[in-house]
Amino acid sequence: MSITVLDPGPLTTVQDAGRLGYAAQGYRTCGAADSYAYRLGNALVGNTPRAAVLECTLRGAALRFEQDTIFALTGAESPAALDGTPVPYYAPLLAKAGSTLQMGMAAAGLRSYLAVGGGIATPPVLGSRSTDIKCHIGGVEGRKLAKGDSLPTGPCDTAALWQTIAVRQLGRPLRDARIRTVPHPVRVQDTQILPLLRAVAGPQDAAFTADGLRTFTHGVYTLTPNCDRMACKLAGPAIAMKNGADILSDGIAAGSVQISADGQPIVMLADHQTTGGYAKIATVISADLPALAQLRPGQAVAFDFVTPAQAVQAARQQAQILQQVAARL
Amino acid sequence: MLPFTLHPVGDSALLAVFEQRIAPEIGTAVAALNARVQAAAIPGVGETVPAFASLMITYDPLVMDYDTVAAALQKLVTSPGAANTAETGRLVTIPVCYGGAFGPDLPFVAKHAGLTEQEVIALHAGRDYRIYMLGFLPGFPYLGGLDERLFTPRLPTPRTAIPAGAVGIGGEQTGIYPIASPGGWQLIGRTPLKLFDPAAGTLPYAAGDRIRFTPITQAEFDALAQKEGTV
Repeated sequence: MSITVLDPGPLTTVQDAGRLGYAAQGYRTCGAADSYAYRLGNALVGNTPRAAVLECTLRGAALRFEQDTIFALTGAESPAALDGTPVPYYAPLLAKAGSTLQMGMAAAGLRSYLAVGGGIATPPVLGSRSTDIKCHIGGVEGRKLAKGDSLPTGPCDTAALWQTIAVRQLGRPLRDARIRTVPHPVRVQDTQILPLLRAVAGPQDAAFTADGLRTFTHGVYTLTPNCDRMACKLAGPAIAMKNGADILSDGIAAGSVQISADGQPIVMLADHQTTGGYAKIATVISADLPALAQLRPGQAVAFDFVTPAQAVQAARQQAQILQQVAARL
Repeated sequence: MLPFTLHPVGDSALLAVFEQRIAPEIGTAVAALNARVQAAAIPGVGETVPAFASLMITYDPLVMDYDTVAAALQKLVTSPGAANTAETGRLVTIPVCYGGAFGPDLPFVAKHAGLTEQEVIALHAGRDYRIYMLGFLPGFPYLGGLDERLFTPRLPTPRTAIPAGAVGIGGEQTGIYPIASPGGWQLIGRTPLKLFDPAAGTLPYAAGDRIRFTPITQAEFDALAQKEGTV
């Protein structure tokens, strides 16, 4: 039971919900950068919530399914074809043994996800299959996929699952745009429609001047080319600090917005270090982080503050949407 | 227990912040709070990240929220026994082969300090270091307590590859590289211990423990490295 990598694309890795429980030892969490597309993919193919998927960056992979496999594509819609026939995103699909999935370049968005029934079953490391490229653990030998890799898949009664999908008429793509991609607010500013990233102030919001806090929530910030799975470095109006950017190093979360010495925000993503020594003005809420993970250098965002309670509410609403998709199977 | 304030970290964590300075009593307070949170095993509360003067506590926003976790933490520190700030960490011995090929910067550190290499080794190995936190790399300890005479500036140009087990000095800090990494520290020795072992998921030390470096000979290094599989 496996998938053969014919062409890995520029950066394709095995990812799951992340390596939890080892941050105190300095292990990064990693996991899917767009956690929404990741969870949606697993929900579409009836997987358990923490099953491992493939995360492709900008351009997708070419893969051969060595046995009948149910799969679903989510995230950035790089055009995909199964044995030459275009296939849609946001639908559970059946690939027959020996068929080839070819994914192209995404027209918009950055990261595409391939979920397969049973999940990618590379050996877990510290309870997770997520690839940590920096520390060379997880996934396939701790690295991005390479041509010729053989990816084991987990147990899945493909015939029974496909039967259920057919009987319940679930083979069509999800239509609702509010379910297909992560719903997030926007702000219209200076004729631009900007994704609005909601953020909870702190933990070091007190290190910034009132003007600095206002700049953060009123400025337009553009993604620089220095964006990867670790962090998105943004450029925009400088955020004023009271006494400089340095703090005693403390814990970092996905979404933490560090402000560097030159007043520019750095938003931490899945591969972030566990600790850091820059003041953090805010934390992007978990419900909005997937939207950032799909943006490319040159695109711009705006920030707004919400309370922790509003942030928790948004996370629960999102989980509810995903639960509804998962409940179909 | 020393006082701390709570600050939200998005919707999935909060940060307990102690007085912001590096000091043994604050490290002890962080470790004590961490131990209490771990022991309480509050449903929906996940992992913790101890640092110099703070403790990050994660939670699952689907079952917990900031106010509930904050209230649970306040209850933890006001419950009986919470005043216990006694030292609880272990003392962990790290064997180090100093100098030679393992410590290419030992001559510089000695020259900078105006000491002999043997005096540098005696000073470095002659005291216990508190582990304030782990970070930067898996198993990388941030240690406090380096003798001031050994404070040495970092290399002007960082090395592109520092081998696993390297022991070095960077500014006012000393530490161990658990895995190969680029870095700018002055290297004075190497431990044969296998510190990075993701298959096991264990480390010989944790934040709150103390480390003591013990000088070993090349022959002892070779024997230990054989045993640890770090050759």
